[in-house]
Amino acid sequence: MTSLQLLWFILIGVLFSGFFFLEGFDFGVGMLIKSFARNDAERDVVIRTIGPHWDGNEVWLITAGGAMFASFPMWYATLFSGFYLVLFLILACLIFRGVSFEFRANMQTERWKTFWEWAGTIGSGCAAFLFGMLFTAMIKGMPIDKNGDMTAHFTDYVNLFSIVGGVAVTVLCLVHGLNFIRLKTSGELRDRARAWNKILYPVLFAGEVVFAILLFFSTDFFAKKPMSTTLIVLFLVVVTALAYWGVLGNHEWLSFVGSGLSLISVVVLIFNGLFPRVMVANNPAYSLLIKNSSNSPYTLHLMTILTFSILPIVLIYFIWSYWVFYKRLASPKQNA
Amino acid sequence: MINLGLDILGLARFQFGMTTVFHFFFVPFSIGLAFVVAVMETMYAVKGDKDYKKMAQFWGKMFLYSFAVGVVTGIIQEFQFGMNWSEYSRFMGDIFGAPLAIEALAAFFMESTFIGMWMFTWDRFNKWVHVLFIWLVMFGSSLSALWILAANSFMQNPLGYIINKQTGHVQMTDFGAIVGNPQLWNEFPHVIFGAFVTAAFVIAGCSAWRLLKKEHVTFYRKSMQVALVIGLIFSLGSIASGDTQMRYLLNNQPMKVGAMEGLYKNSTEKGEWTAIAGFDTKAHKTTWSVDIPYVLNLLSYHKLTGTVTGMNQANKELHAKYDKKYGNDINYYVPTKTLFWSFRIMSGASALFALLAIVGLIFNRKKSQAIVKQKWFLYIMGLCLWLPFIVNTCGWFITEFGRYPWVVYGLLTIADAVSPNVSVASLLTSNIVYFLMFAGMGVVMVVLCHRTLKAGPDAENTDGYSASDVDIDPYSKGAFNHD
Repeated sequence: MTSLQLLWFILIGVLFSGFFFLEGFDFGVGMLIKSFARNDAERDVVIRTIGPHWDGNEVWLITAGGAMFASFPMWYATLFSGFYLVLFLILACLIFRGVSFEFRANMQTERWKTFWEWAGTIGSGCAAFLFGMLFTAMIKGMPIDKNGDMTAHFTDYVNLFSIVGGVAVTVLCLVHGLNFIRLKTSGELRDRARAWNKILYPVLFAGEVVFAILLFFSTDFFAKKPMSTTLIVLFLVVVTALAYWGVLGNHEWLSFVGSGLSLISVVVLIFNGLFPRVMVANNPAYSLLIKNSSNSPYTLHLMTILTFSILPIVLIYFIWSYWVFYKRLASPKQNA
Repeated sequence: MINLGLDILGLARFQFGMTTVFHFFFVPFSIGLAFVVAVMETMYAVKGDKDYKKMAQFWGKMFLYSFAVGVVTGIIQEFQFGMNWSEYSRFMGDIFGAPLAIEALAAFFMESTFIGMWMFTWDRFNKWVHVLFIWLVMFGSSLSALWILAANSFMQNPLGYIINKQTGHVQMTDFGAIVGNPQLWNEFPHVIFGAFVTAAFVIAGCSAWRLLKKEHVTFYRKSMQVALVIGLIFSLGSIASGDTQMRYLLNNQPMKVGAMEGLYKNSTEKGEWTAIAGFDTKAHKTTWSVDIPYVLNLLSYHKLTGTVTGMNQANKELHAKYDKKYGNDINYYVPTKTLFWSFRIMSGASALFALLAIVGLIFNRKKSQAIVKQKWFLYIMGLCLWLPFIVNTCGWFITEFGRYPWVVYGLLTIADAVSPNVSVASLLTSNIVYFLMFAGMGVVMVVLCHRTLKAGPDAENTDGYSASDVDIDPYSKGAFNHD
């Protein structure tokens, strides 16, 4: 394994971390459109919190996918063709939720408004769940053949472990979204988000514990890397606890950073456990490795130069755009 | 299972075609609208005329709808390579991934960030800063077109690579050659100009329908004026860039040119151009045709002499070149009728666009009321708003069907590129669902645009929720305070 290959393995992890940190609260906010927001005016505000950002957040996924193609095409090819149905459903969800915000705002009848609200809610929730399921199934080990082609059956990706993984990620996104709403709104919505998180965090803890136990039995993570895996799982629990403490003591930034770090530590957990592989095969001989799945040194070198010259500029205006929309949004006045 | 005669390859090809065509309804429309809206807002910034601001906001609404659909269908495009074409991804990863990643990094972030800024900050920034946002969106989206076309150009004309002896995959040796690919610099202006024409004629067409109703006459006349000026410049531009591209293809992909011009046999010195014709594609023969002498040479070489290679000879040359490696049972004939008629629709429509723009500009002179009185013209303009979408599709039909049987010209056939591990059932399901979703989104798009148009430029903006209603002073209840 060359240092460039290692760098790109880490970079893919960084991009997915960015994606889950950012799109995590997007998904969370999306899920809340129907239940948390109680009327049209509240929904306007809730959607408006992510209005200027969701599109840019989704670009992190597109970049992660593109970067995977540009650095580890074997990984990209195996993962994307192998998880065909899961990715297809994810795409359907992303499409529905993606257009739902714009379409909802322009619908005139109640029925169609409601339709696009549900599209946003279900799309966001299912996308989060499916991503969790995909990554959990991926680390469990999949039937991959010599050519790197994966032919998974239904139970390979739908099983207890992957469903728990999916639910855990969904709940994580949900609390992350609520923490984001606490930061971005004032008044009724801000208080309600905190009240909801008071209930949801114990659920999340339970989910994390079950997930950690199943991780022990379903993957080789604890067997192969006992130290680092245990540390990351502990870190996950600690940051979740800190975020919960932020909910109880009303420290909004602490909660938001905490739930964001929880999502990131899930990604770190996965990438740490994968290393030095990129895809885990049931037959260890066929696992895809960092060293033989990557592009040529020339391409990796080129991509490194380009990425490190473009990404800093992107980060500057990306962060600036959040700064521009720094103001809190007031909860609508309760007339009735 | 019932055998419907469906196979992975056919379904994967259909899916690629369907998603690309649908995606490419919205891509040129968005790029073009970003440009036209940017021009309108710049005119507002320069002249201070509020009408132009209203125009930018009004047509900007359609831009936002189109952008949303373009984004979500674009994700399918990126994932599709891995999902349906895993062998292609493995073979081409070293070359193809790079432009795709740069596209996301350099272009998508810029587009998506600044579109959010543009949408929600009409009252917050100085007008010059605000107009900069839409130009950055426009710049970002053109940049994304550049990178994806760089990837496409390699598929049409591979340069700057070697074949890795161990893996048999392509390996990049010269990034400069990939970016400098002449195919790219022929394709890119043509695509961008086409995008500007698309938006221009949609705006002109929409305005025409409203002018027929005599609504907001000043507003729509001004919109029409901006659209037609842009439409005229860039329809001429796309004809010129199409011409250079055609002449480039003469040497590069003679099979494609042969099919576009309906030539099975080499053309004679007289340069007879086939205006319309019927083909027997099985026997590789033209059954009947209407020919005009010398035009073919004028089009191809800008002079009266010369000959153009026909498909039969191109076929022989391809067999001579590739039979050793791929065997002699590959069919190198491309779908002749599709290319021939697509080319005629595309070039005919481009000429029509230029003509309509000229006539429209004459009718729409400042002091004349002609444009409101010439109802026949407004009807034609109104109907023509659909034409750019057909034309764009025709353009891609020519480029992509004309690549047959290659996915990467001379290096990889379409049949070898498909994912071997994806089932027919999966592909069929995704095809059906995508089709239904696209149909649904298409309908919603048309309904939304129609409604926006009917509501007119004075309608309240529902997108930005006029930021002042909901924002509160950040400093009175700072985000760091806990109540």
